Amino acid sequence: MGLQSVKNCLWLPCVLRTPKACFWSTAGGGLIIQSVSNDVYQNLAVEDWIHDHMDLEKQQVLFLWRNSPAVVIGRHQNPWQECNLRLLRQKNIKLARRRSGGGTVYHDLGNINLTFFTTRKKYERMENLKLVVKALKALRPQLDVHVTDRYDILLDRQYKISGTAAKLGRTSAYHHCTLLCNADKFVLSSVLKSPFKGLKSNATPSVPALVKNLFEEDTSLTSEMLLDAIAKEYAMQHQIDHHITLINPADETLLPGISDKTKELQTWEWVYGKTPKFSISTCLNMVYKDSVLDVKVNMDVKHGRIEVCNIDLPEQWLPPGLYSELVKSLTGSKFCPNEITALVTALLRVCPQDDELHSRWSLLCENMIRLM
Amino acid sequence: MAAVTALRSSCRAAGRLVCIHRVRSCSSIRFIKSKYVCVFDKSAFKFSHQQRLFRTSAVSCGQIVQFKLSDIGEGITEVTVKEWYVKEGDSVSQFDSICEVQSDKASVTITSRYDGIIRKLHYSIDDTAFVGKPLVDIEIDASKGVASEEDVVETPPMSHEEHTHQEIKGHKTLATPAVRRLAMENNIKLSEVVGTGKDNRILKEDILNYLAKQTGAILPPSPKAEIVPPQRGAEAVPAAAKDKARKIPVPVSRPIAFAGKDKTEPVTGFQKAMVKTMSAALKIPHFGYSDEVDLTQLVQLREELKPVAEMRGVKLSFMPFFIKAASLGLLQYPILNASLDENCQNVTYKASHNIGVAMDTEQGLIVPNVKNVQVCSVFDIAVELNRLQSLGSAGQLGTSDLTGGTFTLSNIGTIGGTYAKPVILPPEVAIGALGKIQVLPRFNSKGEVVKAQIMNVSWSADHRIIDGATMARFSNLWKSYLESPTSMLLDLK
Repeated sequence: MGLQSVKNCLWLPCVLRTPKACFWSTAGGGLIIQSVSNDVYQNLAVEDWIHDHMDLEKQQVLFLWRNSPAVVIGRHQNPWQECNLRLLRQKNIKLARRRSGGGTVYHDLGNINLTFFTTRKKYERMENLKLVVKALKALRPQLDVHVTDRYDILLDRQYKISGTAAKLGRTSAYHHCTLLCNADKFVLSSVLKSPFKGLKSNATPSVPALVKNLFEEDTSLTSEMLLDAIAKEYAMQHQIDHHITLINPADETLLPGISDKTKELQTWEWVYGKTPKFSISTCLNMVYKDSVLDVKVNMDVKHGRIEVCNIDLPEQWLPPGLYSELVKSLTGSKFCPNEITALVTALLRVCPQDDELHSRWSLLCENMIRLM
Repeated sequence: MAAVTALRSSCRAAGRLVCIHRVRSCSSIRFIKSKYVCVFDKSAFKFSHQQRLFRTSAVSCGQIVQFKLSDIGEGITEVTVKEWYVKEGDSVSQFDSICEVQSDKASVTITSRYDGIIRKLHYSIDDTAFVGKPLVDIEIDASKGVASEEDVVETPPMSHEEHTHQEIKGHKTLATPAVRRLAMENNIKLSEVVGTGKDNRILKEDILNYLAKQTGAILPPSPKAEIVPPQRGAEAVPAAAKDKARKIPVPVSRPIAFAGKDKTEPVTGFQKAMVKTMSAALKIPHFGYSDEVDLTQLVQLREELKPVAEMRGVKLSFMPFFIKAASLGLLQYPILNASLDENCQNVTYKASHNIGVAMDTEQGLIVPNVKNVQVCSVFDIAVELNRLQSLGSAGQLGTSDLTGGTFTLSNIGTIGGTYAKPVILPPEVAIGALGKIQVLPRFNSKGEVVKAQIMNVSWSADHRIIDGATMARFSNLWKSYLESPTSMLLDLK
């Protein structure tokens, strides 16, 4: 937890922590801040806040943060394509969409996040990553880490330990990256595998990579040590005190407007609704009374809502009136299991009470909902 | 003819030459949206008393400027357009977001350099856009002139306009070039004007308000400082009249301008489900029956049993008792657990007591049911309720949980209320709404006034097959089980 790391940090000799009073006024061209929260939405909101409100001409900012288990997709990605949503829901892992581009990452407390805030003119990703590599080598000289031209950091020339993304605005920009210290690789690989077949979209695809934790390479390393090493290197390069200020992303007086930003990041409209238009073309294999029915389903989804829906059922399998009611209800609805479940169960109430019909309906609907 | 001349002269005085297709009458000036009337600045009318002449040209349209995609940095030459925030015909202000482009893991928000109207989008979504090539065409005011297009590298837009900016308490004042010119020409210090736009930006309205205060002219009251721009249409006509009246003293009371707008959205999701269900329920002739139940003994019993349940890891509320008592009642009055077919020809007596529990979730009303209550103990029901409640709040209820209900209870009392008029959920025939438990004075058997825990219940039933007497007897039975919970022991299966 965040509090645990705070305690650890306090024990480290060369690190100073200041209360929030001195937050905004620092001498020197840089500021290092660390979030006390592990909530992915709150931390993403802090990034938004700094990007929108801080004047980065005089000082650049390094923001350090860690999240409890969450999957974070890029601005223009498709969550259905990128991860196993059912598994996420089952395991209570949060899903967030960040504002920067790039691919999907899995966050937990063993994965640290670094955000480098600069003015748009001073936006320079390679420099930032080289700083991270330099910090790692200073901490453990024997580590074989280097930066690729895809802005990844590789360990032992083959394992990805860091991914990068960036956001550029009118006057300011930020570059953030992850660093795998001790994340749960098993959960990581299972949630980032999407079972979806037949999805066609122009959303940014993720490039899967072989990953490894730094902890596996050197078991003496902890997330706190890495954070500190990077802060130290940053402080050196910007000629400022090795001085990390803690901030609480829930503090509305320090960051006015932050709770609105946090809320917006959690809305369905942002997380799912911002998915670029995509289409589904798949076949449901439904087992019904000793036979298997192949039902072709075609759907177009825009802004996370079903625009067009086509289900190829055997003739008269469902009464035509009911079939058209189903299609009518699905059209315009969110591509969301909860909402579709409520709709189809409501429809079931108003159709003739026939056990056979009910079981067919339930079978079809459950298969449809499983897609979402 | 005179009308047209008068119009022309006032327009010229206002500084903008406007080609108007037709002038209907002298008294009203109709602003017709045609391609000849471009970026007509209605606030120009308020300005007419200044008699200032801006550049008038024979060409009436605003100038179309090609806004090129500026340098992204890092030597990037092409990007993919991912989302448009504007469409053709939209008006934009400087610094408004136009689109989102992506390049190699970087997402870039492109903002407008000009005020104007979008006339053409050069790319569609997922197209590749090139740095230095036109991104959108924006039509801007002729009088504003065209900023030099030579510099492809987008230096922060504020810099070449900043020579006129003034600092207020260390913050830079935000104002578009047109606003700055307006201020300059009227010898107004931007620092003295209060900005009401986004980020405290100074808008034209703010300059004009400031002027009005100085000259005593009457202006329509500006709406409360909100990001929503004031409705321009409404101001145009009264402004013309007020020009003539500008010497008349200020009216006594000013109406408070309300900048809110109606919002229409389609009915989807949970609401749509409710629409379907409740519209079908309309066909059922409902009758209501209400009563009050003394839960004093039940409250005591629950207090005793709560820790026992907690030790088993289950939260025990009153609902499991209500549900079990209802099931016991249904055993005696099975018609309340029945279903009437569409043609009202047949009544089906359902064997299972699948008692639905109305649940209020973030998305709306949902009614999962506890299956086969007739063979469940109170504890079993509590376990199942816990499971349904956690799934409900996580939005993960499945179709099997939500279908097959035969009877429903709605505990609206947890939120509040006493008597209610619940609506039957087809294909069921009865429903009960439970009010809140209140401590009220009641007479006991000895005629003394005692404290009693009273809850009201309101039943609704389908009068096509249920009669009042049946409902009343069921209610009395249910009530007796709850008022002396030990009597439930006799009939528990």
